Amino acid sequence: MAETSWESAGAATTKKSVPDGLWMPCDGCSETLFRKALEANLWVCPRCDHHHRISGRQRVEQLVDPDSFEPMNAKMAPMDPLQFRDLKAYTDRIRDAQRTTGENDGVQTGTGFVKGRKVALGCMDFTFLAGSMGSVIGEKLTRIIEHATDHDLPLVIVSCSGGARMMESGFSLMQMAKTSAALARFDDAGGLFISVLSDPTTGGVTASFAMLGDVILAEPKALIGFAGPRVIRQTIRQELPEGFQTAEFLKDAGFVDRIVHRSQLRSEIGRVIDYAGK
Amino acid sequence: MSTPQLVTLDFEEPVAEVQRQIDSLEQKPDAATFAEEIATLRQARDNLLEKTYANLSPWQTVRVARHPQRPQTLDYVRMICRDWCELHGDRRYRDDPSIVTGFARIGSMKCLVVGHHKGRSTEERIKCRFGCANPEGYRKALLKMQMAEKFRLPIVTLIDTPGAYPGLDSEERGQAEAIAVNLREMSRLRTPIVCCVIGEGGSGGALGIGVGDRVAMLQYSWYSVISPEGCAAILWKKANEQTNTAAATALALTAEANLRNGLVDAVIPEPHGGAHRNPQATAERLQSWIVDSVRELQRLAPETLVRLRFEKFRAIGSVAH
Ligand SMILES: [Zn+2]
Repeated sequence: MAETSWESAGAATTKKSVPDGLWMPCDGCSETLFRKALEANLWVCPRCDHHHRISGRQRVEQLVDPDSFEPMNAKMAPMDPLQFRDLKAYTDRIRDAQRTTGENDGVQTGTGFVKGRKVALGCMDFTFLAGSMGSVIGEKLTRIIEHATDHDLPLVIVSCSGGARMMESGFSLMQMAKTSAALARFDDAGGLFISVLSDPTTGGVTASFAMLGDVILAEPKALIGFAGPRVIRQTIRQELPEGFQTAEFLKDAGFVDRIVHRSQLRSEIGRVIDYAGK
Repeated sequence: MSTPQLVTLDFEEPVAEVQRQIDSLEQKPDAATFAEEIATLRQARDNLLEKTYANLSPWQTVRVARHPQRPQTLDYVRMICRDWCELHGDRRYRDDPSIVTGFARIGSMKCLVVGHHKGRSTEERIKCRFGCANPEGYRKALLKMQMAEKFRLPIVTLIDTPGAYPGLDSEERGQAEAIAVNLREMSRLRTPIVCCVIGEGGSGGALGIGVGDRVAMLQYSWYSVISPEGCAAILWKKANEQTNTAAATALALTAEANLRNGLVDAVIPEPHGGAHRNPQATAERLQSWIVDSVRELQRLAPETLVRLRFEKFRAIGSVAH
């Protein structure tokens, strides 16, 4: 599963989601855009509506009411349980990613208010090793799910991930079971889980918590899938149809409740919480 | 042991060479006069085989796990189950032959068996997509497991898949959702679940029927987040013998490594030279592990069982605070 994702998500060359500089080209239409204007527009291109990838921290800022976010387990950092080394050592990859992003790993978790409603929140960060899920992401998400369970808070997780983190092998795989099992308990307790899928959501993340929302929202045109396009193409030996594995495709197939424009995400989350009476 | 039709893996070639010498002596009209020589050669062959298997690299282990003659789910069903009553279909879309489910009796125990099935003949392998299940396979598994829970039957799952099928229609029918729901639901089924990786434990496709109270691996099976070739292609930029070997080692995918890392609970030893050289002996060991594990689990109240299963997966992870 991870194979897909990592490759399609360009994990091999982890780049910042948005390059530095005053001006930048739109990833959707290539138009040169003024950074400040794009940022003010939630990193959505005013010309073509392309939803640019944003970091977990940016996502938190966009979603919660100003200054309401209280991070949890912010210091949790990855270990290297397998002393994994490919062409590069995992410890070096971690150190480089930490330097580039200023984060310990690929998810922000905590509590905050969305339009006045208190939520337990997890926002994945593609800028950190392609948002790949290792032990830290699994553990932080499990803890925020448990926090939501204990305090009867609505849970919102924004997924953005290339899938599993190969360098943690079996440890990474088991985070799928761990987060899903925590969600079973949350469900038993009557909790509301709103899963938000952003570009990209693939592999082991899709095949665990991301697809377990009571309500599943997705950003327009986000790549969402289990296997990545390259692996599927190799397996079936034919080209993939236009629009395959987009949010819209998933919605038509019956696996996403609503496509939500980034500018509407706060209000959509708010009204689902209200409908669920949480 | 070595039957003429046994498929030889490249690293087993020295063993096969000794076997050929034995065969040629045995076929001589005056074979009896070579009895002593044959006995010596047999001893040499057995020693060589034992030595080869005692020093398998992780990549070689993967090759054994994929051996074309390795016993599969339906072989174990034939060997350890009585009164096999296969149950087909997910009642939603269709029957996926790459995951089989059915009632069975193992010893005196009634249970539900769920397992990936790869297929033996070319035709069957294609039908089973080489053990790569579609969403309807995972949904069939869950439907039957939930029925087993209702009738208080323990669940036995046999894992043997390179991974869930990556195709157009499997994506369209929600491969990710099917696996995700299985992970969540298996974690709260109020009946004992024992799982054994009998061959390949490829990623989410394996875990999709792998959330159990006890998880074992056969000695020469593998279990990992990704196949060595997949990992090599991405991290080493190419998959060949050398990078596959490196990736298999790095991924810590052997039974021994997974046990050491606390990701599985037991390793079931295989006969000398692997399960394919003696399926019956392998089946007997698998059976006693299953029966012993279920018997232990059946002593627990359902709430305790579910809590302990949760805590077992809850504890997995390696983080710095
Ligand atoms: Zn644009």
